[in-house]
Amino acid sequence: MSARLTVATAGRVLRQVRHDPRTIALLVVVPCVLLGLLAWIYDNTPVFDQLGAPLLGIFPFIVMFLVTSVATLRERQSGTLERLLAMPLGKGDLIAGYALAFGVLAAVQALVAAGFAVYVLGLDVAGSAWLLVLVAVVDAVLGTALGLFVSAFARSEFQAVQFLPAFILPQFLLCGLLTPRENLPDVLNAASDVLPLSYAVDAMRSVTVDADATGEVSRDLLVVLCFVVAALALGAGTLRRRTP
Amino acid sequence: MMKNVGTAPAIAVRDLKVVRGGRTVIPGLDVTVGRGQVVGLLGPSGCGKTTLMRAIVGVQQVAGGTVEVFGEPAGGAPLRRRVGYVTQDPSVYDDLTVTENLRYFASVVGVRRRDLDAEVQRVVAQVVLGDHAKVRVDQLSGGQRSRVSLAAALVGTPELLVLDEPTVGLDPVLRRDLWTIFHRLADDGVTLLVSSHVMDEASRCDRLLLMRAGVLLADDTLPGVLESTGQQDVESAFLTLVDRASQNLPAGQRDPHDMLESDFQREAHR
Repeated sequence: MSARLTVATAGRVLRQVRHDPRTIALLVVVPCVLLGLLAWIYDNTPVFDQLGAPLLGIFPFIVMFLVTSVATLRERQSGTLERLLAMPLGKGDLIAGYALAFGVLAAVQALVAAGFAVYVLGLDVAGSAWLLVLVAVVDAVLGTALGLFVSAFARSEFQAVQFLPAFILPQFLLCGLLTPRENLPDVLNAASDVLPLSYAVDAMRSVTVDADATGEVSRDLLVVLCFVVAALALGAGTLRRRTP
Repeated sequence: MMKNVGTAPAIAVRDLKVVRGGRTVIPGLDVTVGRGQVVGLLGPSGCGKTTLMRAIVGVQQVAGGTVEVFGEPAGGAPLRRRVGYVTQDPSVYDDLTVTENLRYFASVVGVRRRDLDAEVQRVVAQVVLGDHAKVRVDQLSGGQRSRVSLAAALVGTPELLVLDEPTVGLDPVLRRDLWTIFHRLADDGVTLLVSSHVMDEASRCDRLLLMRAGVLLADDTLPGVLESTGQQDVESAFLTLVDRASQNLPAGQRDPHDMLESDFQREAHR
């Protein structure tokens, strides 16, 4: 792997996004609109304070998953992936470049969404608001890493979009948002223990309820980062220089 | 095996066998290409030209045989800087400008940051796209797009260029200009393997490889091909070679109509 090639690749991906202002607008605005809607639905109840933070992590996760899987699928279908793999570019450089570029976008998205939730919608955060942003960024990077990995199994945009309900919704149902994970039936509880989104949501929740949760949060974040690294490594493994 | 990396031919293919989707596309092919030549790979669509080129670049899974480029196994890491490949469909980023595309590909092949601008200007001028350097690729015509794709293979000055139908759909003036570029590159020592399904491009090549149904029918210069077949043009020479090849096959193995039929099926399949 080479830092120069990773940065060059990330720069190229960001340049592509820059030529598509509508995508940038959607990336930044949609999570804020959804959070605003949620706050409005649960106006004058404590529910927004309970759900707001986990969703602040989940929205960027879902959006980045979708954007990344479609972007990498396009790279495969346009023939540019084949060209790049015939050039002196490492698989790790490509995957890390994508992760870096979408990580930057995720950071922008998370900053705006967290700022909006805390300062405009009045989300109660017991811990540090910066920690909230950090967790949201890591959650978004997790979405990027999983999107990079599963896009290898999509042969068309139709399939890539179908991977959202197939890979993400089960994690959403089991992550503890609908019902606390410890109340789940044993089998489902065990399943939720091995799904990355559970740890992402746990971390978000800890930041909001506990002013002094840095230890717990960093443990959960570490687990999420392990999933990120594993998904990126698997994603690099799915790239083949020689194809049938 | 002794390696003659310094003097090895640009391309050495031995007994190459490629199977795609359970069907044998190349049954066993031998070819050697010397350095500094413009070699035309001519044959109908579906005859295995692209598969052979992909094997030479090292992106094709092969079922047998060896492919060496400059004496090293095709597709190996040291070769990726020395070989430029242009796929049939332009493989560049539609949502970037010409310059942005070329800057990225130039940095991938290792052009240093301070040399990027000069390198991009050089290849843009080579494919005559100077007026469109700041234009997004999705706003260019098909022919302009394929020239961007060609320019992306020229960055970093590769020693072997593998070009899959680079002149399809271009206007005759541009086609002539591109062939002039190809020969200028060959004069500088670059080896070019250029495929085409248009037989009249044969006259532009130093050497011809005529291919059909995964088999090389001829490996000769244009005058050589015409002389050995007693024909006046490549198209007729090609037909003569096809007839000869089918007569040489053992009886009952494959008649010309079968071969034609499978050609059409392949066409329909594409």
